[in-house]
Amino acid sequence: MNKIIRKKQLSQVIAQLEVHAPYIAKSQKPGQFVIIRIDDKGERIPLTIADANREEGTITIIVQAIGKTTTKLNRMQEGEYLADVVGPLGKPSHIQHVGRVVTIGGGVGTAIAWPTTRAFKEAKNEVISIIGARTKELLILEDEMKAVSDRLIVTTDDGSYAQKGFVTDALKGLIESNVIPNLVLAIGPVPMMKAVADLTKQYAIPTVVSLNPIMLDGTGMCGVCRVSVGGKTMFACVDGPEFDAHQVDFVGLMQRLKIYQKEEKLSLELFKSYERVN
Amino acid sequence: MANLDKKERLKIPRQKMPEQDPLVRITNFEEVNFGYTPNMAMLEAQRCLFCPKPPCVAGCPVNIDIPGFIALIADGKFTEAAKKIKETNSLPAICGRVCPQEEQCEGVCVIGKKGSPVAIGHLERFAADWERTHGEITIPEKKPPTGKKVAIVGSGPAGLTVASELVQMGHSVTVFEALHVPGGVLAYGIPEFRLPKSILASEIEYLKNLGVEIVTDFVVGKTATLDQLLTEEGYDAAFIGTGAGLPIFLNIPGENLNGVYSANEYLTRTNLMKSYMFPEYDTPIAKAKNVAVFGGGNTAMDAVRTAKRFGTEHAYLIYRRSWDEMPARLEERHHAKEEGIEFMFLTAPTRFIGDENGWVKGVECIKMELGEPDASGRRRPIPVKGSEFVIDIELAVIAVGNGSNPLIPLTTPDIQTNKWGNIIVKEKTTATTKKGVFAGGDIVRGGATVILAMGDGKRAAKEINDYLNSK
Repeated sequence: MNKIIRKKQLSQVIAQLEVHAPYIAKSQKPGQFVIIRIDDKGERIPLTIADANREEGTITIIVQAIGKTTTKLNRMQEGEYLADVVGPLGKPSHIQHVGRVVTIGGGVGTAIAWPTTRAFKEAKNEVISIIGARTKELLILEDEMKAVSDRLIVTTDDGSYAQKGFVTDALKGLIESNVIPNLVLAIGPVPMMKAVADLTKQYAIPTVVSLNPIMLDGTGMCGVCRVSVGGKTMFACVDGPEFDAHQVDFVGLMQRLKIYQKEEKLSLELFKSYERVN
Repeated sequence: MANLDKKERLKIPRQKMPEQDPLVRITNFEEVNFGYTPNMAMLEAQRCLFCPKPPCVAGCPVNIDIPGFIALIADGKFTEAAKKIKETNSLPAICGRVCPQEEQCEGVCVIGKKGSPVAIGHLERFAADWERTHGEITIPEKKPPTGKKVAIVGSGPAGLTVASELVQMGHSVTVFEALHVPGGVLAYGIPEFRLPKSILASEIEYLKNLGVEIVTDFVVGKTATLDQLLTEEGYDAAFIGTGAGLPIFLNIPGENLNGVYSANEYLTRTNLMKSYMFPEYDTPIAKAKNVAVFGGGNTAMDAVRTAKRFGTEHAYLIYRRSWDEMPARLEERHHAKEEGIEFMFLTAPTRFIGDENGWVKGVECIKMELGEPDASGRRRPIPVKGSEFVIDIELAVIAVGNGSNPLIPLTTPDIQTNKWGNIIVKEKTTATTKKGVFAGGDIVRGGATVILAMGDGKRAAKEINDYLNSK
């Protein structure tokens, strides 16, 4: 059982939770994730560790309400307990001094980009961050990203805030004005990561993406998170979650994300109708 | 005990295990076998000839005093029979259900040479169930505390056995489990219809009452390394029983299509996450009209019988050898047959075929023929050229074996492994290449059985105790 120590609503549908997990707080590194389960009938879902406080023994997770579990998680309050938090899982980000790094966070993916961006900054890189969202309401961690970047570019698809357009437009703008990164890190929805990969491939800019496939145990035991990278089957939970963007089969990844689409929809509908009744 | 002579004993027919009707049981996940009644157990026990040099004891990997406990059952002393078994086996309710008895105790039973062997497994199960359901479980006396701490990594059959033994020797024992439920393969792998989880839960409860501490959600190698446990956390010794948990895929085209599962995923969703109760439980699982399971072991049997219980019309068990070479327990094979599983022998998959949405819609297979025996002693299957054919399926489960879990060796460099990733132990011991660290079960053996893992656990406990006493 892991207690929720603090909760902050980043938007109507995005919550930031600080959860008691002292061992994980101590051993986690940027890029790693935890698997959580809310209660005894709950499913196991992976969530990236956005931050950790060793002294307090807490980790921070940021979650957008999409399905039943993430919606329930969003409604949980300080003082409540999660049934399970296990981790840190996956390989940490490969942080090194490369010169200029562009980190891109799309939507709630920004929560994953944040700790890695901070680590690249601490490794004395010049860090340019691009964060984007569909609309202003879904934009998160602007101040936090600004604090760990030399420069921050913000985009919204609908132009409701900052620069109108996609994160790829901003990246293209940088490249075209001859601000060429030595490394790009892109984290967000799969179509966004694919678009970034397609763009940087044209310029042969090394690019890393952090993948978010379906997971179950998160320790390499079940293989549901398998993804084709350079023609080889990898398990995102133990071989990743970060991979060379130019080698990832994004089409296959998108396809596998839809395995339980029907069931996920049913689960959420039942949950919402139950809530209405009560 | 009724005083029967040998002739009279041999006249008693082997008592058939009462079980759920096949047509009923494929609609539920409840246990197939009901267990013997006391009368049946006493009658079956009287079939034993109580051989002076019993081959069954030698055939048991943990050398249970089989004639000893059977004599107690024949006398109606059921609780005493359970205690007798527990002198050597701490998980009899589980072993009675999942051991391959036909290859061990029952395989060498003297009366089995001409007729049916004594149903040792059923009797073991009976005694253990009797003790549990009659509230007659007593906690054995423990040796005084030694002040020594032992970390056990993995809560499967090997780890639980080590824990039970060491705690009785007076050591302080903590079992670390990566999943949210202890039991390892007993929890995530073996289905409810073969091993009810309530039985596992009561075995775990028993260990806790003995004083074993169980920590779930703790991945040794990630949450903390083994070295951290041995230094910062003050453990004096460790046992690694992390099992063979990595799924092996077939490496054929189309394997990443939606609807293609590893057996681990399929069984974990069902057994650990209870997806058969979706949407009451949150974890979903795909269901289909036509399902193919590949493999011939117990895991394949568990998977294909699980599929049948999900309402599958055609549940195919596709195996590249034939009935005789199947490694699965005989009882499971018979149960599968009764349940309408369609066996396709001498058949191997060559590629999966997908539909326009990326879901599997068929599997191309090739016929095999058996050639000369291979290293395993079984005849090697050889593909028959040009014999390819396609089976329509919407779901596939791959159950062709598991690899060893690499996490501990990867994060503990002074533990050596062989080319298959199994931890190397000193000959005839459970000692790894790292001082104070022992290992057993599938992480050492590759894919083996529950009882062999428990046998390793018993040996490891003795060696760990010796190690701690010499420190």
